[in-house]
Amino acid sequence: MKKNLEAARAARKAWEDGLLKKTLEKAPERQARFATLSDMEIGRLYTETDGAERDDDAEIGLPGEFPYTRGIHPTMYRGKVWTMRQFAGFGAAEDTNKRFKYLLAEGVNGLSTAFDMPTLMGYDADHPMSRGEVGREGVAVSTLEDMEILFDGIPLGEVTTSMTINAPAIVLMCMYVAIAEKKGIPRAKLGGTIQADMLKEFIAQKEWIVSPRPSVRILMDMIQWCADELPKWNSVSVSGYHIREAGATAVQELAFTLADGLEYVKQGVARGMDVDHFAPRISFFFDVHNDFFEEIAKLRAARRIWAREMKQRFNAKNPRSWMLRTHCQTAGVSLTAQQPMNNVVRVAVQALAAVLGGTQSLHTNSLDETLALPSEEAVTIALRTQQVIAEETGVVNTVDPLGGSYFVEALTDRVEREAMDYIKRIDVMGGMIDAVEHGFPQREIADSAWRFQRGLERGEKTIVGINKYVVKENVPIPLLKIDPAVERRQVERLAKVRKNRDQAKHLRAMQALASACHTDQNLTPLVLEAVRALATLGEISECFRQAWGAYREPVSF
Amino acid sequence: MVESRKVRILVAKPGLDGHDRGAKIIARALRDAGYEVIYTGLHQTPEMIVAAALQEDVDAVGLSILSGAHMTLIPAIIDLLAEKGLGDVAVFGGGIIPDDDIPVLEKKGVRKIFTPGASTDHIVEWMRANVKPREL
Repeated sequence: MKKNLEAARAARKAWEDGLLKKTLEKAPERQARFATLSDMEIGRLYTETDGAERDDDAEIGLPGEFPYTRGIHPTMYRGKVWTMRQFAGFGAAEDTNKRFKYLLAEGVNGLSTAFDMPTLMGYDADHPMSRGEVGREGVAVSTLEDMEILFDGIPLGEVTTSMTINAPAIVLMCMYVAIAEKKGIPRAKLGGTIQADMLKEFIAQKEWIVSPRPSVRILMDMIQWCADELPKWNSVSVSGYHIREAGATAVQELAFTLADGLEYVKQGVARGMDVDHFAPRISFFFDVHNDFFEEIAKLRAARRIWAREMKQRFNAKNPRSWMLRTHCQTAGVSLTAQQPMNNVVRVAVQALAAVLGGTQSLHTNSLDETLALPSEEAVTIALRTQQVIAEETGVVNTVDPLGGSYFVEALTDRVEREAMDYIKRIDVMGGMIDAVEHGFPQREIADSAWRFQRGLERGEKTIVGINKYVVKENVPIPLLKIDPAVERRQVERLAKVRKNRDQAKHLRAMQALASACHTDQNLTPLVLEAVRALATLGEISECFRQAWGAYREPVSF
Repeated sequence: MVESRKVRILVAKPGLDGHDRGAKIIARALRDAGYEVIYTGLHQTPEMIVAAALQEDVDAVGLSILSGAHMTLIPAIIDLLAEKGLGDVAVFGGGIIPDDDIPVLEKKGVRKIFTPGASTDHIVEWMRANVKPREL
């Protein structure tokens, strides 16, 4: 290809001076500027002249090989389609257990657990902060007993389970290990993912217990313990999803997520761990928004940056440390309450981008999620969307069908370059913990959110049904309602557990945990012992607050 | 004639959800429109919000909530405001609030619920038409 470059340049120039010029004179383009959703300007045409300086063999390569631009697996979806993993959780453990079983019967091949707000913040159902929140935005889990009900009848050795939990992740992971023990399932068979990505909590999702440094210490204890004990378990899911939803651009999402991941690897190495012992179990989670090619480029650039940084920065030798394995979710923030049926179309296009970007697993949002947690009908359409893509469209027939597209490759390069600029700035600040403490990513995201909103209100950006093609009356859709009695029942169940547990065993476990917080001892075995002794999520979280103080965010807007 | 003072608005995040994109955008838009805006930050109890409203002598309180706890927390805030002699503070809100809940909240005393997709211009216009400085 390279030898024809001069000819290609000449041909392009002739086209620009000839046909194009004449066309523009007669019919000017619709806009002076064309840009992605993240406001990245896009050119009229991409040809081989746009990638002239790229070494295709080194930068694009082949699937399953470094730097994995074309995918982490040599056969991709010809071998195995992505895991269809629908995020679910509401009400009491019984309600969510029923939804899990429904989803498995309908063809999902992985579970994904949404916990309610009190659980995410480390409060039991009976805490004053929990009023009105129990079971509303996810499932309420305060004790090992709730966890047993949640996974009742589900084969933990066969189904992989993802848990979206961060600040108290160590508690929920230990509960999962403890129920597997009770069912006699060996740890080596436990497959799944715990999100546990605390840096993005301070950046975007904002569910925390203690401040960034002790939060990262607890996470690193888990990563270390998982590397030794749970060989099939992803000990962290470094997440861009929440960063994007909070208003970041695609480049910011990519840069901040990878910078979070790099910080965790740096912390692990600083503890004296062998990078190839724990890095293969680091997984990722990205948002997939409306701008089709921008999203595909983002996922391809993500793999390339991660592979290169792991190899060059950390000297990782194991190819599994280089591979960025990711889950994707369609963009909740892109859904509209107005004309909600249109959301089905948005989700389908976003899901297709995730697949063409080479995702390992995927959640498709339900059409009603701007209004409530999804109804069973809505979640079924969302799952069927993935099944249609996998089994009807034919996009799975070849590996990375967009690889080599002049535009996609040029956009991948550009997203990579701009993300690397951010990563270098964060390096200069001392890494992501320092950057977060200075509020840097938080400010960048708030500014992007503001710019997008202004652009929308000036009509520079379009959202169908919001600022164009508006209808007066919306047809109401059926919504999932949470029974207010869930909170009361949950509080009663919790009281019973507290009353009936072996108090001496509980006290011993909690004292051991409290005293270990101020040592370098890995906290995971101590939390495991505490949950076995029926210590509650709130009690263990309170132990962390006692040790390090409750975190409060510096307020700015 | 004494120039009337600027309207003061407390933007607050009751409940445990961390979705502060909307609250921050509204706070910024109201500030740009000339209001004095105080933002509470996240994870506020009704007691904390009412204490801030009292301390800051605000004329309006904007509540952003996306956790589903609005039917518990918003009425609790309205009751507490009345208890503290702030019954004339204009309470408005937004977030994930299903249509069926809006009339119930309005009956309770919420002046206006903005639903997803409301523009900041629309919110500022509403504020200009409906919120005046309270007699302190």
